[in-house]
Amino acid sequence: MAKDNVVVIGGGPCGIEVSRNLRDMGYTPILLEQQSELGGHLRQWDRLFPEGVDARKVLKELTSDLRGVKWFTDATIDSIKKSRKGYTVNVDSGMTFESKAVILTTGFKLFPAEKKEEYGYNIYERVITNADLEEYFRTRKDSRIQDPKTIGFVHCVGSRDEKACNRQCSKVCCATAVKQASEIKELFPEATVYCFYMDLRMFGRSYEDMYLNAQKKYGVRFIRGRVSEVSEDIDGKLFVKAEDTLLGKPMKMKMDLLVLMTGIIPGESTAQYSEMLGIERGEDGFFAPKDTILEPCRTKDAGLFIAGTCTGPKTLPETLSEARATAIQVHNFLSK
Amino acid sequence: MIYQGKQKIWADYQKEIPDDHWFYVRSCIRQNFFPASEVTMLKIFREMLGKDMYETPHHTTCGGIAYHNECIPQETQMAIIARQFALMTEAGYENYTCSCITSFGLYCETIETWHEMPEVLERTRENLWKACRREFNIPKYLAHTSDLVFKFRKEIGALAKYRLVNKDTGEPLRVVEHIGCHYAKMFPSKGVGGAEYPYVLVGMAEEWGGNVIDYPERRHCCGFGFRQYLVRANRGYSVSNTHKKFESMEPFHPDFIVTNCPGCPYFLDRWQYVIAEQTGKTYGGNGQGIPVLTYEEMAGLVLGLDPWDIGMQVHQIAVEPLLDKIGIEYDESKKYEGTGGKPLPEPEFPAAIRCC
Repeated sequence: MAKDNVVVIGGGPCGIEVSRNLRDMGYTPILLEQQSELGGHLRQWDRLFPEGVDARKVLKELTSDLRGVKWFTDATIDSIKKSRKGYTVNVDSGMTFESKAVILTTGFKLFPAEKKEEYGYNIYERVITNADLEEYFRTRKDSRIQDPKTIGFVHCVGSRDEKACNRQCSKVCCATAVKQASEIKELFPEATVYCFYMDLRMFGRSYEDMYLNAQKKYGVRFIRGRVSEVSEDIDGKLFVKAEDTLLGKPMKMKMDLLVLMTGIIPGESTAQYSEMLGIERGEDGFFAPKDTILEPCRTKDAGLFIAGTCTGPKTLPETLSEARATAIQVHNFLSK
Repeated sequence: MIYQGKQKIWADYQKEIPDDHWFYVRSCIRQNFFPASEVTMLKIFREMLGKDMYETPHHTTCGGIAYHNECIPQETQMAIIARQFALMTEAGYENYTCSCITSFGLYCETIETWHEMPEVLERTRENLWKACRREFNIPKYLAHTSDLVFKFRKEIGALAKYRLVNKDTGEPLRVVEHIGCHYAKMFPSKGVGGAEYPYVLVGMAEEWGGNVIDYPERRHCCGFGFRQYLVRANRGYSVSNTHKKFESMEPFHPDFIVTNCPGCPYFLDRWQYVIAEQTGKTYGGNGQGIPVLTYEEMAGLVLGLDPWDIGMQVHQIAVEPLLDKIGIEYDESKKYEGTGGKPLPEPEFPAAIRCC
């Protein structure tokens, strides 16, 4: 006999994985995604750190068997109403779902690089973001990338930045920058590649190896210091000013390409759901769990769960682990 | 460069600027360096646009130069500003406009301090009362006078006799705009267009026919930098800053530079002579420099005012090549003729740079 419905809102890796796990436990997950495809940000990525696994393969694996999961794309949530029996979720298409438990896996958005005006994204042609570069790696199409000879990566764009109103570390950008710096060096072996960092947070297994490899194998030059401003020279090249804080010297150089490592910030829907469902948010804007150590996936409302990057920056393996843990928590709740 | 990207930023940094009835305060430095600029501004607004610009002989310095050189404490500087605001209040105005960028930055800083720390505002009120028995309201609107010219750029354009266009080629003049550091770098939301891509001078230059150059050292200080110049031992920094800017803009072949700060036109103008003496290099054509204008001078020129009435003869760098490019008529024999026909002393001309 089929067990209860569980509504999962957000069809990125976390939402998919939590749905798969609930399905395996005998529940009927109803996965609602507002975009036209499942996969979230993973759809835009080419390869994943630290080993360079193909992101498409990971996504294909995640979505290969969704039998038993009722999933809907282009599904925007109109309202979620709580009753004595659970939740009534109304979708703009007119569908309504009843569920004793709702899981929010609404994810994150990338910091809008144009907010750091001094870096000139959308002003200077050859300033791109990590997401743009990943798109280029996937498609090999971007008119802004034309055999660059000097390439810079700016870490912490919109992260650990009080001025940008984001104090938090985005956790994944350092590793992504090292990965992308190595990859672009593979594509353009003659290029000189610089990474401008505050500190390198190589916390995960093999991350340090990836970092050493970037230096030894690819010759990526790591400069501890932030880029202060970017402008454009008469020949269209970027004119980049920075400080090397280890040498204690300001520096300026011409570059053909500058990649801004935009960080993770709360998705636009986080505030809406917070208001709709009374979920508390932290100072950083992400959902605040009931207990950050013992109950990171629960809210004060027993049937309402939160998982993945809607509660803060996480790597993909961390997100998937949390999805599985959340499925168990939901099962425990529904089994009572 | 993606112009639409800048337009988006400009749209984000709009500033509310009232149409009329301004309490106007002058700049200590500008009255000495380019005195006709302020006169031109008042002439344009009062006589040509019919606006109410009130000024009082009782206003003083804002205290900016002394404050930024750590000669007076912030408390004293706030009391000076409070007195200025008291004069505005007594005159029945609530819109305050100043000619000086240093002042503008300091007014922004002071009002923000009072906003964040009401106890400091109360102490300032007490200090002012004890010092001169005056009371004040904080202005409802604060604007730099370049904000006002920007606001009325279309009206000025409609009255213009000339455009910022090369009369021989029909091409727009290449304009370097230089914004005073204290205009928006401290409080981006207080400046038209923000801090990184200010629009205030770009808007004027483009409205009147020019093309603005975006060169790498656009954001760099003019070289004044207060203690870079005011401490004599530091003046090498001042010149090297200016030199850096000219080296950076040189490949773009600017026709002229326009500024909105008291120090900037002075240092960008005068240091061209010093750089020529030191290095033998000049940045304009034919051994001449690049003319440096205030925004009031730029407005006065397009409106067809006599170049010598708006003070173009007090520039180190000769402006005649620019006047000729635009096709502005002038009488060379009257260049050093002062008010009422009184002859002004003529300067000596250096050998390192052509100044006539």
